[in-house]
Amino acid sequence: MIQSASIEGLLPTGVTAERFAEGFRWMLLSRTVEDKIAALYHAGKIVGGVYLGRGQEAFSAALGMALQQGRDVFAPLIRDQAGRMAFGDTVLSTLRTYLGSVLGPMRGRDGNIHRGEPRKGMPAMISHLGAMVSVVCGVLMSRRFKGETGVVGAASIGEGGTSTGAWHEAMNMAAVERLPLVVAVANNQFAYSTPSTRQFACDDLVERARGYGAQGISIDGTDLAQCIATFDAAVSRARAGGGPQMVVGRLLRLCGHGAHDDASYVPVELRELAENRDCLKAARATMLTNGWASPHELELMEAEAYEQVQQAVAQAQREPRPDPARETWMPLASEWLMEGNLQTA
Amino acid sequence: MDAAGVGMVDGRKPADRVSITYLEAIREAQNKALREDPAVFLYGQDIATFGGAFKATKNLAKEFPGRVLDSPISEDAMLGMAVGAAIDGMRPIVEMQFADFSSIAFNQIINQAATHYWRTGVPCPLVVRLPSGGTSGSGPFHSQNMESLYAHYPGLVVLTPATVGDAYWMLLEAITLNDPVIFCEHKFLYYHLKADSLPEERLPIGKARIMRGGRHATVVTYSAMLHEALAAANELARDGFEIEVVDLRSVKPLDTDTILASVARTGRLLAVGESFPWGGVTAEVVSRIAMEGFHLLDAPPRRLNCKDTPIPYHPNLWAVHRPTAATIESSIRDLLKQ
Ligand SMILES: Cc1ncc(C[n+]2csc(CCOP(=O)(O)OP(=O)(O)O)c2C)c(N)n1
Repeated sequence: MIQSASIEGLLPTGVTAERFAEGFRWMLLSRTVEDKIAALYHAGKIVGGVYLGRGQEAFSAALGMALQQGRDVFAPLIRDQAGRMAFGDTVLSTLRTYLGSVLGPMRGRDGNIHRGEPRKGMPAMISHLGAMVSVVCGVLMSRRFKGETGVVGAASIGEGGTSTGAWHEAMNMAAVERLPLVVAVANNQFAYSTPSTRQFACDDLVERARGYGAQGISIDGTDLAQCIATFDAAVSRARAGGGPQMVVGRLLRLCGHGAHDDASYVPVELRELAENRDCLKAARATMLTNGWASPHELELMEAEAYEQVQQAVAQAQREPRPDPARETWMPLASEWLMEGNLQTA
Repeated sequence: MDAAGVGMVDGRKPADRVSITYLEAIREAQNKALREDPAVFLYGQDIATFGGAFKATKNLAKEFPGRVLDSPISEDAMLGMAVGAAIDGMRPIVEMQFADFSSIAFNQIINQAATHYWRTGVPCPLVVRLPSGGTSGSGPFHSQNMESLYAHYPGLVVLTPATVGDAYWMLLEAITLNDPVIFCEHKFLYYHLKADSLPEERLPIGKARIMRGGRHATVVTYSAMLHEALAAANELARDGFEIEVVDLRSVKPLDTDTILASVARTGRLLAVGESFPWGGVTAEVVSRIAMEGFHLLDAPPRRLNCKDTPIPYHPNLWAVHRPTAATIESSIRDLLKQ
C-alpha cells in the first residue's frame, strides 16, 4: 500500500510515510477501542468509570512509538490508549481490564486505565495525579545501578496534573539526577471542568522546563507528524544523555472527562477553532492527500480495527470474572506475615 | 545474616568495643546489607558525606561509593523513586530525616508501595526508616510516632524495635522482605540505649517478646515505652507485684497469640503507646483482647497514650505529655485495684 520512503513519502517534519501510517493505525485502533468501550459503558456492561483519550491520540501514539518495549519504561496516564498500544499493550488486555476478566493484568483487583505490566516496562498508574513520574525515575535509577545504558523512561500527564507537588518534586529529581526521562504534558485545556486559566498562570507550561533544568518543547498536539518528529527527537536526546525532556502538546479533549461527563462546560466557540481539530481526522486527510492510502484502503483499515476490537470484546466477555471464594486476599508477598498465617507458637 | 558476619563497628571489632548503641546497630545493619546485597542502596536527605541528621549512615557513602545518595527535599518523589527501583529489582532503604516528614510521602507509601503487590503481583521490597518519637525540646513536628497510621493500611509491614539487638536484626530481616516495610526507630533510644555487644539472640518479625515474666498484670508496649514500662515494673516489684511486660516488636503484624497467652496468666491488661490516643496500636490491642480474651480478664483492660494535643516543645510540658514510668506505674496500680 505504501511505497518505500521516497522524497514524496516524507513530510516536512522528516517523518516517513511508513512511520506516519503506523501512527495513524495506532490512533485509529485507539479510537475504535474507546468508541466500543464507551458504547459498552452506556449499555451498562462496564463496572466503574470509563476515561477516553479522544482528540489526544496523535500525541499519545507518537510517544508510545518513540519508545522500545523491552528496553524502555512508559508510565501512561488517563488518555493514553493509543500510546499504550504503540508501546505493546493489547486491545485484549484493555478489554479484559474494563470487563473485569481474571485473565487481564489486574485480575479484577483494579480496573480501566489503572492497569499496567511493570515487568514489561509499563507501571500501573495509581489515580493520584503526578505520582507516577517519580516511579519512572526510580526504574531509571535502578537501570543505572545495574549498569544498563541507553534506557529511556517516559511519563504522561495532563496540564492539571502539573499543578501537583508530586509532579514538581519528580521533575526536579529527574533533573538533579540527569535522568533519561521524557515527560509528555497534554495540555487539553480542561482538567475535568477546570479551564487552564484556573490551573496555571504562565503563558505556556513549557516555560517551566527551564526552571526544572529540563529541555522543553511545545508543539501542536493534533499534528501527528509533528508529534512523531518531536518525540523521536526527545527520546533520542534522552537516550544520548541529554537529561530530562519535557514535551508540551496543545490540543483539546474531544469528550468528557469520563464517559459519564458531557463536557458541556467546553464552550462551542472553542470546539470550533481550527487549532482544536480532531487529530484523527487530520491524520486521515494527510494519508489521503499524500496518496499513502486510497479511500478504499482506509475503509479496509477501519473495518480491520473494528473487527479486531469486536473479537477482543467477545473473548473478554466469555472469560471468567473474579471469584471471591478463590481470591487470595493476600496483600503481602511475605505471606507468612499475614496475621492469619503467623507462627507464634 | 549469620552472627559471624556482625563484623566491624566504626572500624573496630565488637570485642574491642565497650558497647554498641541502638543507632550504631542501625548503621551496622545497613553496612552489612550494603556489603552483602548489591541491590541495596540508601536514599535520603544529607545521608551521603554528612552521614545523616543523626549519623545513622556515617561513613557508608565512603565505603559504598554511588550507593548512598543525597536526595532533594522531596519526600513524595523519594518514595516514588524507591517504588520504581524496588519494582525493578532493587532494595532501596529510604531515610526520612524525621518520621514527621513522611506525611509528605504518605501518598506514595500507602497508595503506591502498599498496593503494588496486590494490584500487579509484582513485589515492592523497600524499607522506609522513620526516626520517630519524642525527645526533649523537639516540638510538634520533630517528635511524632506514625506507626498507627501506617499499620492501618494493608500491604505494609510496620516494625517498632525497642532493643539494640532488634534494631539490628529486624532491620536486616526487613531488608530481605519482598514487601514495603515501615521501620520506626526511636530517636530517644538512639544514644541512650546501649548493649555490650550485638546480641546474637534474635526473634523473627511477627513475634512479640516477653521481656519480663509476671503474674499480676500484663503491660503490652513497644519502642521507647518498653523501657518506661520495665522501669515501672521494677518499681512495682518492690511492693511484691509481678508485672509481665510484652514487647510487640512489630505492630503489623501484631502477635495477638502472645498477648492472649500473657493475659491468660495475669488476667489484667494495660496497653501503652507513645502515640496519640485516638485509635492506634493500643486501641487495637485492647479491642483484640476484649474480643478474643474477654473471659480471661479479671478487670477492664486499660490504655495509656500521650495526651490528645500536638507534642509540646518545652521539656516541662513534654515530660508530662507522654507516658512515663511514673504514669505507667500509677495506671498499673489502678488496674491492680480493680
Ligand atoms: C491528586 C489528585 N487529585 C484529584 C484527582 C481527581 N482527578 C482525576 S482526573 C482529574 C483532572 C485531571 O486533569 P489533567 O491533569 O489536566 O488531565 P486530563 O484529565 O485533562 O487528561 C482530577 C481532578 C486525582 N486523580 N488526583
